[in-house]
Amino acid sequence: MSCRKPMFKKENPVKVKRSRAVLPSSPEAKQTQKRLNEKRGEEEAMIHILKYEVTHFGVVQQVIWVGVYSFAQCKNGLTISQAPLFWKTVLPAILLEILLWLLPSHCLSTQGSDITALAMAGAGGGGNDVQWCFSQVKGAIDDDVAEADIISTVEFNHSGELLATGDKGGRVVIFQQETENKSQPQCRSEYNVYSTFQSHEPEFDYLKSLEIEEKINKIRWLPQKNAAQFLLSTNDKTIKLWKISERDKRPEGYNLKEEDGRYRDTSTITSLRVPVFRPMDLMVEASPRRVFANAHTYHINSISVNSDNETYLSADDLRINLWHLEITDRSFNIVDIKPANMEDLTEVITAAEFHPHQCNTFVYSSSKGTIRLCDMRASALCDKHSKLFEEPEDPSNRSFFSEIISSISDVKFSHNGRYMMTRDYLSVKVWDVNMENRPVETYQVHEYLRSKLCSLYENDCIFDKFECCWNGNDSVVMTGSYNNFFRMLDRNQRRDVTLEASRESCKPRQVLKPRRVCAGGKRKKDEISVDSLDFNKKILHTAWHPQENIIAVATTNNLYIFQEKVN
Amino acid sequence: MPLIGRRPSGRELLVSLLRQRGGKHHNPDHDQHHGVCSGCTKSNFDILRKIHNSRTQRGGIKLHKNLLVSYVLRNARQVYMNEKYAEIYRMQQYEEVMTVCNEIQELNPLDVVDDCEEQNADCCGSASEAASLCGALLPASHQPHSAQHIQPASACSVPLALQSEEVCKAQEPSFYRSCCAESYPVSSCDFSPVSSMHCNKTTVLDLDTHVVTTVENGYLHQDCCASLQQCCQGAQSPAKKRKLDFGYYVSEIEEVPDFTPCKRAKFEDTSYACTESLDTSNISNLISIFGSGFSGLVSRQADLEQALNGQFCSKQALASLGAWTRAIVAF
Repeated sequence: MSCRKPMFKKENPVKVKRSRAVLPSSPEAKQTQKRLNEKRGEEEAMIHILKYEVTHFGVVQQVIWVGVYSFAQCKNGLTISQAPLFWKTVLPAILLEILLWLLPSHCLSTQGSDITALAMAGAGGGGNDVQWCFSQVKGAIDDDVAEADIISTVEFNHSGELLATGDKGGRVVIFQQETENKSQPQCRSEYNVYSTFQSHEPEFDYLKSLEIEEKINKIRWLPQKNAAQFLLSTNDKTIKLWKISERDKRPEGYNLKEEDGRYRDTSTITSLRVPVFRPMDLMVEASPRRVFANAHTYHINSISVNSDNETYLSADDLRINLWHLEITDRSFNIVDIKPANMEDLTEVITAAEFHPHQCNTFVYSSSKGTIRLCDMRASALCDKHSKLFEEPEDPSNRSFFSEIISSISDVKFSHNGRYMMTRDYLSVKVWDVNMENRPVETYQVHEYLRSKLCSLYENDCIFDKFECCWNGNDSVVMTGSYNNFFRMLDRNQRRDVTLEASRESCKPRQVLKPRRVCAGGKRKKDEISVDSLDFNKKILHTAWHPQENIIAVATTNNLYIFQEKVN
Repeated sequence: MPLIGRRPSGRELLVSLLRQRGGKHHNPDHDQHHGVCSGCTKSNFDILRKIHNSRTQRGGIKLHKNLLVSYVLRNARQVYMNEKYAEIYRMQQYEEVMTVCNEIQELNPLDVVDDCEEQNADCCGSASEAASLCGALLPASHQPHSAQHIQPASACSVPLALQSEEVCKAQEPSFYRSCCAESYPVSSCDFSPVSSMHCNKTTVLDLDTHVVTTVENGYLHQDCCASLQQCCQGAQSPAKKRKLDFGYYVSEIEEVPDFTPCKRAKFEDTSYACTESLDTSNISNLISIFGSGFSGLVSRQADLEQALNGQFCSKQALASLGAWTRAIVAF
């Protein structure tokens, strides 16, 4: 299906690339950039609306939107023919839908909306409609893993062009998606190293006689506002704002200095010249612009950038602080669950996130399995939650380890902001933000481990914190498991698939075969028994491209990139 | 904050506890009778090891992980305690039935005294003072005879033996009972009510005064006087309704999801059952006391010995578990 190609990907020269002819700081360039960004933003918004429309309303609304949009385009000075991208995708979608109406509905009832959704978004589809194939693997091959190379976080930026990983050694590596190769459309663009820098160093807290690890706990990208990219990276105690900028021009022709920097002998200067910029090899620089330190007593476990792009929150075990990106010497404490007497401690904060659209709303999850949604408009200190999401515990599942496995390790809002997903040790739960008493969906990730909790406790695996992620249109969720397995859970079709990230399936475009784990009884062919799972190979961190079906899966020290199979 | 940073005393405590645990595993009677016990002790040992390891890892103590580990410890202890209570209750029931049978058969005062001794042995007094006085009031002439009955009260014997020499009052049972009633400390009556717990008993060694107290679930807030009056009436079914210091352990079991009051209550009642400033010397005292007292209490009857073991085990377990909790908090 040719409509599966992502739409606004390389058709428009929106990206900041080396082929630019003007300097980034010139007003002309800024204006162009602004317009392009606006247009892009518009298109994104429009496509988002249309996606919504298609899946929820129908053809009539689509036609209306098309009309409205084209009218708007005309107003902006573009003729309809100059919006080729839009028409390429909308028109086929509409025609398809009409076609599907004509066909017997019971044959294509579920697929219809999927196909249209795919046509619209190119990023959609159930986990099972999509076949995943290997694209790349980054990292050393040898089995002896240096501790500093263990990947601790993975994050795509808002456009999906950049992929950042942080490791235990305090380094951040950023990969960039290359421009698509026109001659080989089936070979999707690859991610290559764009920049590497040491974000955090180990520190020593003299007051407490503790060493502060340099492990990068989280990376969050800021939405792009100008030519440079910004990201926040944090270790246990300090958050840093990094600016990643490209430099492809170099001034030449200084009067007092030679090209290599040595000072010229003043007696040899006979004439003056004006230095000019000459192109050079692209250089990517990363510089720390802000350091937000000394605000957290406990270990920072999450950071989240607000939708207003001015503030962000950082959460440690007992407190959540609100920062302004420009101000480093103070932060506001908005949640404090530290009891007056530490002996009364019953729960800690495990993750926190801002709502993707409402800049006043955030959620935080606790080790007791509850999620609290807070509204910052209610009061300055948000100790009192606005909503409490809690599912009553099933008493038949009670065990020694009930508290451990109910502790939530990650919470993520969906892109549309209507749902949020939580990951505890054995399951993934999708909550409707408006319904507090129970999740709307619960998916078992590796239920076969429930009987093995005791041995998992002994080898400390029960304390592993798995992350989870949504796909671009919130139809599929993904999370990791052991033995380098990861699970894709399709919400619409209620199907799930288990895939493996291993070196065996590393041939380019090799399709990943679904794996099965047999809990007990007879082991069928191709199944793996629970006892032969390798609990040292765990996938804790995964990320999904915001628009396309590209996923990044981090094993211990390798980063696998998988793409959907394109015919 | 207790869980962050280093406190050398806590570490010494932990190391000493680990050593103690290691020594305890060699007690054959202990392991023989209580399979659950040994399983729980193993997991408790692992928990301590985990906490100890986390202190030496890079990055300092992880609050979240240690909180979860303490939950496992608490769960394990609850299961362990429930097993203990069930077992001791069964033994107590057996002894009480025997007592009632004896009471019905014999009616002379001597046997009433015996009965009281039995009852005393069963529940081993209430508060520390009451226990000591009760023991002390036993007529000296009955010592050799009562020694047999006191055996189930295990470590009662050592401190009681000490005190019985000092105090040799009149041996009238009524006097004995009233003395017990008077000496019962009122303050210990203030405990949160516990609902729906069957009557289980176990004994706790007070490391301060080295007196054993019996704890009984499900009968908190029982007026000691009332219970002792029942005792006075004689032919009643075991009125061992003395409560105690054990209240906080019971409240823990009751409030399963709510960890908070457990720890708070535990520390309020520390003075009753476990010493506030537990240090290695106290633990070694505990061992020495039981070591000497236990060997002096060899019973002729197998079931008494069994009861003794059960109580011994629980006493030491309870005392040391309290120490463990403090060990965790001491971080």
